[in-house]
Amino acid sequence: MTVTSHRSADEIGSTALGPRPLPPLGPTRAVPLPDVEERVLPNGLRVLAAHRPGVPMVELRLRVPFAGEEPEHPAVAELLSSTLLTGTATRDRVGIDDELAAVGADLGVNVDPERLQIGGSGLADGLPDLLAVLADVLTSATHPDGEVARERDRLVERISVARAQPRTIAREALQRKRFGDHPITREMPTGDDVAAVTVEQVRALHGAALVPGGSILVLVGDIDPPTAIAQVEKAVTGWTADAPARELSSPPPITPSDLQLVHRAGSVQSQLRLSAPALRRHDERYAALQLANLVFGGYFSSRWMENVREDKGYTYGAHSGVEFVPGGAVLGVETDVASDVTAAALLETRYELGRLTAVPPTAAEVDAARAYAVGSLLISLDNQGGLASTLSALAADGLGIEWLRTHPGRLESVTVEQVAEAALEFFAPTAFTGVVVGDADVIGARVRALGGITGP
Amino acid sequence: MPVPELHRTTLPNGLRVLVVPDPVTPVVGVAVHVDVGFRSEPEGRTGFAHLFEHLMFQGSESLEKLAHFRHVQGSGGVFNGSTHQDYTDYFQVLPAAALERALFLEADRLRAPKLTQENLRNQVDVVKEEIRLNVLNRPYGGFPWILLPPVLYDTFPNAHNGYGDFSELEQASLDDAAAFFDTYYSPANAQVTVAGYLDVEETLRLVEKHFGDIPARPAPQRPSFGEPLPSGERRQSVIDAHAPLPAIALGYRLPDPGADLDGYLGHALLGSVLGDGEAARLQRRLVHTDGLVTDISASAGLMGPLDARDPDTFTITAVHPGAVDPDRVLAAVDEELDKLAAEGPSTEELARQVARWSAGLHQENDRVMYRMLGLGARELLYGRAEISAELPDRLAAVTPEQVRAAAAALRSGGRGVLLVEPKESE
Repeated sequence: MTVTSHRSADEIGSTALGPRPLPPLGPTRAVPLPDVEERVLPNGLRVLAAHRPGVPMVELRLRVPFAGEEPEHPAVAELLSSTLLTGTATRDRVGIDDELAAVGADLGVNVDPERLQIGGSGLADGLPDLLAVLADVLTSATHPDGEVARERDRLVERISVARAQPRTIAREALQRKRFGDHPITREMPTGDDVAAVTVEQVRALHGAALVPGGSILVLVGDIDPPTAIAQVEKAVTGWTADAPARELSSPPPITPSDLQLVHRAGSVQSQLRLSAPALRRHDERYAALQLANLVFGGYFSSRWMENVREDKGYTYGAHSGVEFVPGGAVLGVETDVASDVTAAALLETRYELGRLTAVPPTAAEVDAARAYAVGSLLISLDNQGGLASTLSALAADGLGIEWLRTHPGRLESVTVEQVAEAALEFFAPTAFTGVVVGDADVIGARVRALGGITGP
Repeated sequence: MPVPELHRTTLPNGLRVLVVPDPVTPVVGVAVHVDVGFRSEPEGRTGFAHLFEHLMFQGSESLEKLAHFRHVQGSGGVFNGSTHQDYTDYFQVLPAAALERALFLEADRLRAPKLTQENLRNQVDVVKEEIRLNVLNRPYGGFPWILLPPVLYDTFPNAHNGYGDFSELEQASLDDAAAFFDTYYSPANAQVTVAGYLDVEETLRLVEKHFGDIPARPAPQRPSFGEPLPSGERRQSVIDAHAPLPAIALGYRLPDPGADLDGYLGHALLGSVLGDGEAARLQRRLVHTDGLVTDISASAGLMGPLDARDPDTFTITAVHPGAVDPDRVLAAVDEELDKLAAEGPSTEELARQVARWSAGLHQENDRVMYRMLGLGARELLYGRAEISAELPDRLAAVTPEQVRAAAAALRSGGRGVLLVEPKESE
């Protein structure tokens, strides 16, 4: 240090005045959510548009249900999404990108077992240009031979990188553990699967599956909603199909069971991934479950995080949350911990799950979680992108802006008893299954000693 | 982009204050930027600035351990902190009703943090887990921000690992923490930014009420971190046990953003022309035409644009198949740079990149948190929060000639080349 003299830690930590009182909260300010204009176009596309000024931008989310039972579906779908923006009858890859960039726009495509999403944004006054490019790739993407060949190679390389990530390995193991071989588990194809995909398969899947019926387009930004919807209708008149988009079936319900120990040689950390059934947003007990989850591990000031991070230093982060699946929902409990404390962290995790049922959340814990749930919702919706993503997810679940408007009220009215009931039903250690991924040679003996774990 | 209303004052104890009202949002944000980053940590104490950031969340005179997190979140807010080359920030965003509470929470730890042996040991463990998570247990951990600087720079401040070595983190003492706080965390070395739904006069009064009685201490002398420009190419290889494919990072020196902002922005837009979007030069040439790399990117600033004082780094990074010799990748990059150094980008090519960049700035500006952090960092680093608001116009004013000159500067200066090699297959 360059400093020649300094106070001691004790001297720094106190002042003559002593501790000071926490100021009260001021008056709360409600800001109404915008109205959402909605229309189903003749081709079956549902369009939602909302005016949210602030910055001269528009956010776009197109969600197309994109399920497929065939074993090759995930690989074909990934390659389709990689080549969707690489050429149409009238534009090449560079032309597509140039036209988007000219209006400050960006589009990205990603696909999972449930849906294909095209998301992006652009300057609001460039919306017609953005929609023109979007409509062009939807109706006349050519998936050129050369582009498919090149993207296939890149996809194989990227998959090799992704599969070297411990979180990818853990996610795949967890999906198989809780959902068996249901298509929902096929989140990432193998490199070999991708290498075998042909141009014809990509084009065929585009024609059969990238269709408007059942798809949802959300626009949020500095736009006039009726005008924006009219612009969409004009742009996508040529996007038609005989059959609607394919919805993913519901996965089987989670069966509680031993955790599966998965070996990853040379791992210096282990991934704990536990899961149990949860509730959909529609359920009248959902708000109570949301608060129970926050108290357990859903935010920093939760019992589990305060225990395994702030008290014991086992982890950088521990998080629990509700994940929605077709027709239902599941609870996820996730943390990454050093190999030498894996068993200790698992023990604390089970202890905190049990404690949430045996020593239910107090009124103070529920009130803090309630304030956080309402406040963080307000913050997450206070930008165009956050609002667009939320509206898109809700619409896919059959809910609208009204659910968002009324949700703070539901959170406010949940009682401590209702939170305790949700804790007892959903956080019981006996409700869970899951996986532990790590170096089994290092962690195996200690985690097995705790019981309830099998493998590898 | 309209320049937001900026209200400034400096308290008698030297604390700088920036207040930025926004009548349409329901939220408010408070950020404290302290003028110390990992470039200032002492030799033998790598990672200390970041470790100290963790300690600042562990309690203060009026707030027991855990109270800070609980009060922010229990008031409906979110919080975080982060450590950069030249600054450390602490911030929270909450419903507007919690403004005074947020100011109280930030002031209490700037006045009298509770530094204890128990919290120090606990947070050393937490930081080690953070490093295992982000660096040691995954492919390309610390690439390029930890691995590239020691190739390009010679002096400890610029070259060392800001996350720190485990052995040095473990040796950190309470006395180190006390010395670090007294040296760097004086009000004269910090700045408070308040943004969102607020009344300016009332906010200035509340800032004075909560921060005003923090005793004045001198601001530390900030050394120059300047070092001579490298000449020629320096090369290093590292083995990455988790990486399935090799990777390359190139590092070049940037103009000083404080003294030559337009030159710096020329380099920033050069990064876009090279790497942003399907039509960018390196994407077209190396990814699609030659098939040399899987992915490639180029950008100004080791941790982002306009995020550090001089010296900072222009980086080009790529992941490539094992069958491709890295020298082929370098040769193709050099050819594309040579083309730009000879002819510059076209006017339309540059305009498209500016339009996309401006749109990105609008998006950033749409969130109170990012708007506040951008304004606060630029105010602290360059003394002008206005830079954030002026960026779209200044970028639009950058000429193809300035981008050409930036490309020429990269080709004529030295550079660092880092090669990441996968572990030999068994």
